[in-house]
Amino acid sequence: MNVLVVLIPVSICLGAIGLFACLWTLRHGQYDDLDGDAARILLDDLDADRTDPATLQSDKT
Amino acid sequence: MSIAACPGCIAVPADIVAPVETDHAVDIALPGISCAGCIAGVERTLDAVPSVRAARVNLAARRVRVSLAPGAGPDAALAALGAAGYEALELDSASLSSASDDAARRLLARIAVAGFAMMNVMALSVAVWSGAEEATRALFHWVSAAIALPALAFSAVPFFASAAAALRAGRLNMDVPIAIAIALAAAMSLYETAFESGADTWFDAALSLTFFLLVGRFLERRARAAARSAAAELTALELPRATRVTATGREVVEVAALRPGDRIALASGARAPVDGVAESAATLDRSALTGEADPVGVAAGDAICAGDMVLGAPLVLCASARAEDSTLRRLAAMVEVAETGRHRYSGIADRAARLYAPVVHGLAALAFALWWAATSDLHQSIAVATATLIITCPCALALAVPAVMAAMTGRLFRRGILLKSPTGLERLAEIDTVFLDKTGTLTEGVLQLPDLDADAAAVAHALSRVSNHPVSVSIAAALRDHDAAPVTGIEEVPGDGVYGQWNGASVRLGRGPDGPVLDLPDRRVALPMTERLRPGAAEMVADLRRMGLAVGIVTGDTEPRARALADRIGIAEVHAGVTPERKAELVQAHEAGGRRVLMLGDGLNDAAALAGAHASLAPGTALDAARVAADGVVLGGDLGAVAETLCLARRARRRIRQNLALAALYNAVAIPVAMSGLATPLMAAIVMSSSSIFVVLNAVRR
Repeated sequence: MNVLVVLIPVSICLGAIGLFACLWTLRHGQYDDLDGDAARILLDDLDADRTDPATLQSDKT
Repeated sequence: MSIAACPGCIAVPADIVAPVETDHAVDIALPGISCAGCIAGVERTLDAVPSVRAARVNLAARRVRVSLAPGAGPDAALAALGAAGYEALELDSASLSSASDDAARRLLARIAVAGFAMMNVMALSVAVWSGAEEATRALFHWVSAAIALPALAFSAVPFFASAAAALRAGRLNMDVPIAIAIALAAAMSLYETAFESGADTWFDAALSLTFFLLVGRFLERRARAAARSAAAELTALELPRATRVTATGREVVEVAALRPGDRIALASGARAPVDGVAESAATLDRSALTGEADPVGVAAGDAICAGDMVLGAPLVLCASARAEDSTLRRLAAMVEVAETGRHRYSGIADRAARLYAPVVHGLAALAFALWWAATSDLHQSIAVATATLIITCPCALALAVPAVMAAMTGRLFRRGILLKSPTGLERLAEIDTVFLDKTGTLTEGVLQLPDLDADAAAVAHALSRVSNHPVSVSIAAALRDHDAAPVTGIEEVPGDGVYGQWNGASVRLGRGPDGPVLDLPDRRVALPMTERLRPGAAEMVADLRRMGLAVGIVTGDTEPRARALADRIGIAEVHAGVTPERKAELVQAHEAGGRRVLMLGDGLNDAAALAGAHASLAPGTALDAARVAADGVVLGGDLGAVAETLCLARRARRRIRQNLALAALYNAVAIPVAMSGLATPLMAAIVMSSSSIFVVLNAVRR
């Protein structure tokens, strides 16, 4: 049972890491537009369009 | 500085607004967007606008945040979106409250902490339930306490705060038993851990209680927050400003600062902010106040009411009353009177909560008293009372209503309907009679010309804009997007029409045998001014009748016009020529007769009826006062969503009742067990989780 002395802190630490990751995403507004983010994954060309106007033109033609 | 986006709300001409110096962001509502294609389309459209620095669509909120170059207004962006076929309404960024966003985020953080702690403590509890030995069990209890106590101290704050506020005010609410249960469970478990390491601890129960209740709280909040903030933003569309003409020039002032005797400049399309007297002849659209679709001509010196819209030439108005005393405000006061009745409506959740809180306290106290009397064992008595409190605590009950509300308002929001009132959905479900306003609600408010070819439109525009005859003014207003043709020698013959020369031939716009006609050199074009039905209006009426609802038109417009429209869309009951007071009385009379009325209207003249009806909806193009008075706003131009709203509302009511029955069933089984002292933490965990999950699943299924 001595292994518990290691395992319990380890499991709680892992959980805590997940918790802090969750709070971090929360603080950075990653849940503000769930529908939009779900849809945006389909738009792989969007970022290219927005940084490079040339792509936008070629896309339209 | 923002400028109203919908033409009906423009209170300040664009050129008077001071330019903004730095980069700034505006939010634009896009009620019609729904998919990935729309995101790409909107962002590409906006990126192509020179004054737009960046644009980011928020699909969940149906909104795009546009960063504009210094000094640029949102008009170009709005125009581009309109041209690309997206319905776009500008929102006032100031009223986009970040405070409520922060509160929602804090609530999510509390849920995350409670969920994390719950899962860890639950994992430790499983070991205890499956028979851990003495020392191990004591260790697990201590570890659970170390996780649970800080987590509860952070996560359960909303319940403690709300319960404390309620107790200070001397009343009981849902949060009082919750707070007592959480505190008692934590304290008892700590005592058991410290002094009787073999006994049951309730850390996992306290945490899962907190977790599920927080989820319910969050759902409730999310269901309302989106609709409420958007509705508040719609309200902010109407800027309370006016242009005052002084000896030294023009200045923009707050409407509240206007005094009798001030001269106010009104551009074409602007609404009079206060009652006053016209300094020159003008043509007005009074439909917002009276429901009458035809434009009205007034002469110099005639009275103008607040809310009248100027058609045609700009006008200077001499104020005769302050804003507080103007017609508009008198109507608003009427709304307040009508509204008091509805505020007394309490939702099904409130009624359940009112019944519930004393029952739980009573049962816990009863359990304590009985066990104390029977065994004189304080520790055992408190343990049973705590178990009773925890098991009866309303996890499922707290989720029963918010989960349904969140699912249904989300579905309505996707259809472009914003419900502002928390009890609106329940009241909509009880409707059996529907009253519709005509002008601006069933019809699009503006008189429409038949489709004209380019020549005819250009000539008609050139001729109509020189005349102040109300018909001419409304023709000119309908044609304002067309260029005027080079017509020379224009001459108005009163009582007959306007004559001119175009390409060497004579043209005329004037009276014909059946309404106005345009005589071109080679042909005669009839120009019947018709009201255009809003899209989906006929379908909506058919759907409502199919649902077994009585449908009627209540309008301030004339009988023939109302009757003609009613016949077109199959409505038998018509109340025409009704004043705003009569509208409200009519609604009240039906309510008194036991009917539950849904009022659908857009004008100031509807506001009192909207506020007095059992439930009410206003189109997104409605005037501020109507949108404020209504329970919900139909954002898209399509009225077809109204019948669907009623269907969804009825379904929501059914689901809420099912959920409450389910929660009551769980309690009916669990309470005797808890009071008899047989409840264990394992049982509490299973009952709470499974009932909550069932209730949520029932809410979200289609």
